[in-house]
Order: sequence, then structure tokens, then C-alpha cells
Amino acid sequence: MANSTAHTPQPFCFSTSLSLTLLTNRRARDLAELLAHLRAVPGSVIYFHTHHFLAQHQYLSPEPPNDFAYWVTNALQEDRLGEQLAAIDLIEFRTIRALRDRIIAVIESYLDERQQLRTAPEGEEFHFREAVSFIVPTSHVAHTLAEFAACMEQIGFGSLSLHFFDARLRLETGDNDFSEWLASALGEEALGRAVAGLDPYTYTLDGLRKEVVRLVRQRLAEDPT
Amino acid sequence: MSMLEQYEPFVGRGTLDELRLLGRHLHGRRIVTVNSTAVGGGVAEILSRLVPLCHELGVDIRWDVIRGGDDFFGVTKRIHNALHGTRETFSEHDYEIFRETTQRNLADMDLDADIVFIHDPQPVGLIAARHPQRGHWLWRCHIDVSAPQADVWAFIREHVSRYDAAVFSAPQFAADLALPQAMITPSIDPLSDKNRELTEHEIDEVLHRLRLPRDKPIVTQVSRFDTLKDPVGVIAAFRRARKYNDCRLVLAGGSATDDPEGAAVLAAVHTAANADPDIHVFELPPTANLEINAIQRASTIVLQKSLKEGFGLTVSEALWKAKPVIAGAVGGIPLQVTHRYSGILTHTVEGTAFWIKQLLNAPEFAARLGQNGREHVRTNFLLTRHLRDYLLLFLFLEHRGERVIRLQ
Repeated sequence: MANSTAHTPQPFCFSTSLSLTLLTNRRARDLAELLAHLRAVPGSVIYFHTHHFLAQHQYLSPEPPNDFAYWVTNALQEDRLGEQLAAIDLIEFRTIRALRDRIIAVIESYLDERQQLRTAPEGEEFHFREAVSFIVPTSHVAHTLAEFAACMEQIGFGSLSLHFFDARLRLETGDNDFSEWLASALGEEALGRAVAGLDPYTYTLDGLRKEVVRLVRQRLAEDPT
Repeated sequence: MSMLEQYEPFVGRGTLDELRLLGRHLHGRRIVTVNSTAVGGGVAEILSRLVPLCHELGVDIRWDVIRGGDDFFGVTKRIHNALHGTRETFSEHDYEIFRETTQRNLADMDLDADIVFIHDPQPVGLIAARHPQRGHWLWRCHIDVSAPQADVWAFIREHVSRYDAAVFSAPQFAADLALPQAMITPSIDPLSDKNRELTEHEIDEVLHRLRLPRDKPIVTQVSRFDTLKDPVGVIAAFRRARKYNDCRLVLAGGSATDDPEGAAVLAAVHTAANADPDIHVFELPPTANLEINAIQRASTIVLQKSLKEGFGLTVSEALWKAKPVIAGAVGGIPLQVTHRYSGILTHTVEGTAFWIKQLLNAPEFAARLGQNGREHVRTNFLLTRHLRDYLLLFLFLEHRGERVIRLQ
């Protein structure tokens, strides 16, 4: 990951994130059970169910954004709550704790207005899973903006995912690693802000990569030095 | 070209680089993997590919097979069925046969390794060789154990609970165990005869041999003749759809000569087909991989109308060929198909018939489902992902309490 000093810009060393899925043997058949487990599970479970879809559908349309919304809509047929869960703006959250609290609050608020719980059909229960992230270095290193653009075009999706998503929520290192480095190591504050201004959850990983490369190439065209 | 490099056109260089990097982190570890057969069956098939790939990555893995008589494998076959939920009765003598064969294998096998990776119930008792201070033990369960027969699961669980971690294929297979349970889904091999690219000439040649004309759209289900695959329901759905869309139906499955239940289902299929010239029923030998490949590639739509399913890897086979798939929302199928996105999930004969018509009449939408499905398989269900997950699992054993693991 990048560190910076004013006089000797540190290179950006791309790492990648590889994920192993663990089963928790926790399952929910209705919203009450879902809520009880949501309060008790580790943060790695919340992270898995709000992020694994991004990694598994790298080239496709970005919906549906999280497993809770998908299950509530498709298994419980609770369309209104499903829509509310899908609309939770993940980019707003800096910690998994805060994200978990919002998910719980949305479900609690919905349940306040309802007496009866729908039950998922047999075989369509919600099974809680957990992500173990392995962070490993890659051979991609950028010293300049041009090198950064070239690396961005080559890195795998695991790398993109690590520096955008894991950095924000799992490692809590700020906006995203790219924006931090562009601003602090290269002094490219406007470009850093532009990258930080993207909502990465509304892109596929392939689309996100293309958008970052477009912003960087545009900046290079303005100032090729 | 190395075996690993042959996968580059399908998964890209980055994926192979990741595997090499993980391989380097496992240098110096000695791994032994044990199952019950060297040939035949899905586990042997996958190990015969994964073990040489591990060697190419510099991972020191040795594949060993337990030995047992017909009596032992008779008992373990019934254990397998009971774990799947079929009622079986076991005597103390049956369990004694299991223990005796386990003891004989323990005496013959070298299980002194850093990681011992055991597949399925047959060799599960080898955990008795565990050294108290050395080595990690992993149990890989390839079976759907979501509703096992209680007494048999209790017998197996006694062994499994002494392992360091267990591995299952789907979320609903998670068991009541106090050890970490990983989810590693099965995979298909894009280089195998069942999945490799075929030329139009090769496809035509196979279809000519099978006397299957390509004069109208072909709707296909590939699966053994088993009530849980609902082949009679497939015929009913086909007949409903054909009222409006002229097409052919192919039901291709293994020969049922040695399987009384399969023979009964096959007879019911022939009765339901009623010698309809547009319904083609093929009983194929287990080696007919090329034939399956050609039939899937010649199909306009592939069905997997299962009522109950383990993982249902035939779905990934069809998706890899970019075919629109209509499948039952059971077992591991929802992991492979997201409804209206990478395929269609249905629950009934009527729903299946409706979607056959829709997809035949909307070829662009059908093509998009197939293309999305192929990309989903590329990312999640190819052999290289399977290999990566196993390497990560081996590394996880040394960091069991951690959820973010940094490797240098």
C-alpha cells in the first residue's frame, strides 16, 4: 500500500485480495431470525453479504447489490423492504459496524409496522456466510501517473476490489487507496477527489476499472508531463 | 506448454499469477490427500487434474487411496445414501467392518504430513493417525448432508469433530460442528472432453451418429434417469411449449441397465414420450463426454428441472457453452443461476413451459442470459478457482482465528 512523503513520492504497490468463504451454520427463515443473527454475527459476515456479489459478477450488471435485499425480495417476497435494503447507500459507511446498524434499523423500522412475518419456502432459507480475505502483494508497482494508468489496465479484479472496497470498510484506511495515493504522493488532489467521488457500488468491477482509467487518462492528456 | 498455461486463454494471466503466488506460500509444506478410488467418480476426476496442477505450482502434494473389500464399500455406499437422506439400516457388524478396514489402512498408510486432506466418509476414520502436536487435518465432504440420517451422521460426526476444518459444497450443507467450515463449490474443467470447444464439424458428426437432426430448435436435459431430475415433468413442459413453438426435446442420461430404480424411471419416460418423433431419449455410457458436449452445444435451451439437487454441475456445463438455462431453484443451482440474469429459475412444469416459449421467441434475451452465465462460470466455477480455494484453505489452517490475512 502507498505511503507518501513530500519530497520522495512513494510508489503505489498494488496488492490483491483473495477470498475464502466460510459457512457459519446460521440460517434464517423469516425477518425475526434474520434480525437476531444480524445482531450477533461478526463483521466479516456483514462484509461478505454486502460485497461478494461484486466479486462474483465482475462483468455483469451491478444489481442486486446485497444478499439481504435479494433474499427479502425473492424468498420472502417483501418487495418494499427489499427495495429499502437495496437502496442502502454503502458508499456512505466508513465502518462495517455502522453499515450493520443501518441494515438492522431498516428491518426494525419495517417490522414496527407489520404484525405477521412471512416465512421463506423450504430450501430457500438465508444461510449466513463469512469472508476470509487474504491480502497478497502483486508485481504491479506505479511510480508515476502514467505507470498508474498502465497498472490499472492490467491488475486483476481482486486488486481493484481490495484497494476500493476492503480499504474503506474492512481496513478502514480512508476513502480508497487510489485517491489517497494520487493526492498525497503525486499531489493530484483534484484527480484523487474525482476517484473518491465515484460510487463504486454502482459499477461492475470491469466498469469501475474503465472509469478510473478514463479519469487518469483524461488527466494525462491535460498535462502529459 | 505447461498444464497450467493451457488455462490462460480461459481465465487470463492474472489468475495464473495468483495461483503461483499462493503456491509459493505453500512451499515446504507436505500435503497428503486421501480418497477411496483412483479412477471413476467425481472426486477422482477432480484430483487427477488438481494434483498435477499443484505439482506445477511447486506444492508438495501426494495422493493416496484407501483399500477395502466389497463388504467395506457396500457399507460406505449405504452410509453415503443415508447421509443423502435415504433411510438405511446399519448393524453393529456394519460399523465393525468400517472400523476394521480403517485400522488396516492406518497400518499401511503414511499420513505424517503438514496437511492431511481427506475426502468423503470412506477414509474419515484415518483421523485416528493424527499426531497431537503436528499437522492439520481437513475433511472434504462432497455429499449433500443437509438432512442426513441421524444415527449415521452421529457415527461420522464423531470422527469429523476431531478435524481442524471441514469443507462443504453449498451453504445449506453446513453442519452442526464446532470447527471452521469452508464452502468450496465444485468446478468444471474447460479442457475436458465434456467442456472443450468443438468445431461445427465435430458437433455435426456426433449428432449424425445419434440420428438427431438440427432442423428445429433443440431443448435438452442432460441427467441420469432419476425421479428427482423430473424427466417426465420435462416432457410435460416440452409438450406445452411445443403447441406454439416447433422444437425437439433431448433427454440424455446414463444407461440404467444396472439400476432398477433408473430402469423404472426410464420406462416411465418412454411411456410419457409415447414414440413422439420429436422426443429423443439417449442412454449414454459414462465415457460419452464428447457426445454430451456436442448435444449441449447443439441445443437452443438447456433444462435442469431438478426437484432436489446436490450441486447440479450440469448447469455450469451448459452455461459455459453460453446456453440459456432453465433450472429448478434447488440445491446448488441458485449459486449458478441468478433468475433473469444468468438463467431462469423455475418451480413448476407450467413455469418451465412458459420460459421455454419465452426464450425461443426472444433469442436476444436468451443469448444475453447465456453470455452472462458463461462469464459467471468463468469467474466462479472453473477448475482454476477450485484450485485457488484449496490453496487458500491450506493457508487458512495456519491462521484459523483471523479473517484478514496478510501474506508477504
